[in-house]
Amino acid sequence: MYGIGLAKGFLVTLKVFFRKPFTVQYPEERLVQHPRFRGEEFVWYEERCTGCASCAKYCPLGIIKIVTHPSDEKPLEGGFYDIDVFDIDIGRCMFCGLCVEACPYDALFMGSGFEEGQYNRRDLVISADRLRVAEKHPSTWYRPQLEERGYNPHKDPPVSWEQVGRENSLTHLSSRPAKIQEYDKRNQP
Amino acid sequence: MPLKTEPITVNIGPQHPSTHGVFRIRVTFDGEVIIDVDPVFGYLHRGSEKLAEERTYTQVITLTDRLDYVSSMTNNQAYVLACEKLADIKAPERGMYLRVIAAELQRIASHLVATGFLVNDLGALATPLMYCFREREKILDLFEMLCGARVTLTYMRVGGVFQDAPEDFWVFLKRFLEEMPFHIDEYEQLISENEIILMRTKGVGILSSSTAINGSVSGPVLRSTGYSWDLRKADPYEVYDRFDFDVVVGEQGDNYDRYKIRINEMRQSLRILNQCVEQIAPGPVRTNSPLLFRPPVGEAYAHVESPKGELGFYIVSDGGVAPYRFKIRSPSFINLTILRELVVGLKLADMIVAFGSIDVNMGEVDR
Amino acid sequence: MESLLEGNSLFRWTYCLLAANEGNSGPGPCGETLRNGLLPAGFEWVAFLIAGLGIVMLLINAFLLLVMLYTYMERRLIGRFHNRVGPNRTGPFGLLQPVADAIKLLTKEDLVPAGADRLVFNIAPVLMIVPVLLVLAVLPFGENSFLANINVGILFVLAVTSMNALAMFMGGWASGNRFAMFGGMRAVAQLVSYEVPVVLSVVGIVIYTGSLSMVSIVEAQRIPFILLQPLAFFIFIAGSSAEMNRSPFDLVEAESEIVAGYHTEYSGMKFGMFQLAEFGAVLVTSAVMTTLFLDGWNGPVLPSHLWFLLKVFFFAFIMIWIRATLPRLRMDQVMDFAWKFLFPLSIINMFVTAVEVLVWNEPTLVQLWFMVGINMLVAIVGVVVFSLIFSRKGISPPRRKMSV
Repeated sequence: MYGIGLAKGFLVTLKVFFRKPFTVQYPEERLVQHPRFRGEEFVWYEERCTGCASCAKYCPLGIIKIVTHPSDEKPLEGGFYDIDVFDIDIGRCMFCGLCVEACPYDALFMGSGFEEGQYNRRDLVISADRLRVAEKHPSTWYRPQLEERGYNPHKDPPVSWEQVGRENSLTHLSSRPAKIQEYDKRNQP
Repeated sequence: MPLKTEPITVNIGPQHPSTHGVFRIRVTFDGEVIIDVDPVFGYLHRGSEKLAEERTYTQVITLTDRLDYVSSMTNNQAYVLACEKLADIKAPERGMYLRVIAAELQRIASHLVATGFLVNDLGALATPLMYCFREREKILDLFEMLCGARVTLTYMRVGGVFQDAPEDFWVFLKRFLEEMPFHIDEYEQLISENEIILMRTKGVGILSSSTAINGSVSGPVLRSTGYSWDLRKADPYEVYDRFDFDVVVGEQGDNYDRYKIRINEMRQSLRILNQCVEQIAPGPVRTNSPLLFRPPVGEAYAHVESPKGELGFYIVSDGGVAPYRFKIRSPSFINLTILRELVVGLKLADMIVAFGSIDVNMGEVDR
Repeated sequence: MESLLEGNSLFRWTYCLLAANEGNSGPGPCGETLRNGLLPAGFEWVAFLIAGLGIVMLLINAFLLLVMLYTYMERRLIGRFHNRVGPNRTGPFGLLQPVADAIKLLTKEDLVPAGADRLVFNIAPVLMIVPVLLVLAVLPFGENSFLANINVGILFVLAVTSMNALAMFMGGWASGNRFAMFGGMRAVAQLVSYEVPVVLSVVGIVIYTGSLSMVSIVEAQRIPFILLQPLAFFIFIAGSSAEMNRSPFDLVEAESEIVAGYHTEYSGMKFGMFQLAEFGAVLVTSAVMTTLFLDGWNGPVLPSHLWFLLKVFFFAFIMIWIRATLPRLRMDQVMDFAWKFLFPLSIINMFVTAVEVLVWNEPTLVQLWFMVGINMLVAIVGVVVFSLIFSRKGISPPRRKMSV
């Protein structure tokens, strides 16, 4: 009979008509994101970063710019470099996360937001100063220690550099906060 | 005295609402019947094969995501299998199961896009398109749980999968597997017996299996002609030989068969996913391979059954950290070679539908 | 004019205010209160003109506002059919969305292509919207509320709405664009083919009523004609969808094939006129369908104007539902549908109605229900038989082996 297929189609549309809409009204409501979401801003802990530039080497696009100079903290015995420039250009970043995968010291994490739009392309380059003062809600992508704790970057408070790593003790990092303060004071204009 | 007519050539240009990307067709008409078709593509060429020669093997995975941007996981899978063949590594069991889960979910997502846009080209004012995309959102949420991104995934690595799935992934996956058959039935009720769709797609765009085989066509287009060839059964890779599923074959090779094959392939993928969820066992997901992968000198070709056909990667390595030659055998590009045989003799409206039913993705065609 | 004077109090007040004199005051229509109007005697025609224009302007503005409301309603309802929300950001609940659309269209550049025929290009949109507004003159909006009760009402409606074809062809031809010509020619073929079943289906109703006037059609319905003439209803709704280029017959403006058909080259408010005409045609056709089939403005409790609006929007909802569900037909299938399916059915309907009216000349209520039964049976049998015939030969293999 000719119209039966059409009638079935009409029934389907009518059924869908009475359902609640699937829309999420942004910006009043937002989609629920998983803690593993690879967001736009980055989370960088200067206390843990040695300046090894593995992240810059591993980036497929080469957008991380790192300039360091050797510090006076036992440089030949595996000390930390002082970091002058640490720029990530999120205007060209594709958020693949290979830099996070490369970092051996758990110093770089993916962020968890997606609203980093700016009015100028110059402002899309995140400098070290911005990374230092930003609130640190790291995504749990490729960081199983955060996932085991059940950390949710969208709801839980920020994580400090002592709690974010995988190691059992922090003695090798104990001199870092003082070193960083001294470095900042030396570089104050 | 007979009327003197002459054929006109019309350019259905790169900017068109229904050419599935930037694709240009120069069509020669006689009245409303097509007598010649001349496709022009290359508008999306990004030089992936050359770019890959300057990036390490792990960085090339990010390039392969963007080839067929609708189905990233199968691109990753094919490339990673080729690299593993080069270096003779085998991924652990759980890694292979997770790869199969990701690939089958991606197959469902890609077929949803293909079906939605096919019915959109038929003129149904985007209603089935919206329903299909609603289900695709759920699949993309599952991918977000797996690897943090929705479309360009970079999930697989040489030697397995990147990271294990979190706990709530299995809960959501089970819920998705329970709901999805009901939604597929809903699409079928709306589309499959609709007389208008039957009138427009049955008997239109018929492809014979000899033409298809001569043109190296693969995927749903080849299976619609009645020839049963699915790489998951003909040349099983990973753990596909442990699953029990059917190869969906069409009868006539017209547009309706291709649409029906995609719907039934979605059902078979759900079957495979159910078996995966039962059979998967705890364990490592990634072999202990170095971060900078350096395979020995040699060459390898690996192919997978992507939602659009046979996707293959041919890699030649000279012992360095970057591939020496990286060649992509993309199914959409090769499926386009039969466009002329498919379309000549049809009317313009049918050509758009026939082109849509081949399911071409310009990212793959132009690379 | 007498009917206007008696029926329409607004008209009466304006007229009498301007032109009351000894001729029409007193026990006349203007009553005893108004003795002397503002105009001297001999100038009643000025009063008639002013009063008439006032009524017409009111009516047209109300109608165009309703059309804007209808576009908003269509977008919201199609959104709900798609399981999403329609526009809800401009203004409270998105009610100012049509205003935003109108402002956007008004501020766009008015392009006339270089190879276009200027005069015809400019006139085509006007010719598209005028028939839609003209039909409003004969529709009964409520009890005793109409502009003119001419005694060839439905014939006037059918004649005026067939000017669409001319306007579309003018638009397509004058654009100087190959795609637009395709669209225009397809449009003319489609519209002319669908006139025939529509007119023949209305003939069935006219046979029952015995008169062509719209008001008397409404008054003659003891049982609504949708029950008494189901086949005519089906043919009318299918034919009118094709006349208005709505889904599933909207290949004239098929976006995925020939970009936009006959209105490809129009921009700005001329394009807005085409869209207004199309949506206005939907509302006007719904209004005609309510008077013909659903018993016009009759209803138990609410005022008659409200019943009329409710019924019009009910039919508009049906049109939107059809648009959201069905894909579009190809050109030769559209012609097959008209000539091989609708046309024989409309002739059958006409014959069956004529035989019934011949047998039962002055039907009582019981005989009317008997006729309902017979008509329903004929409708179902006719649709089934013709659909079987159509579906076997209607799916014509379109592939012709061309020697390349």
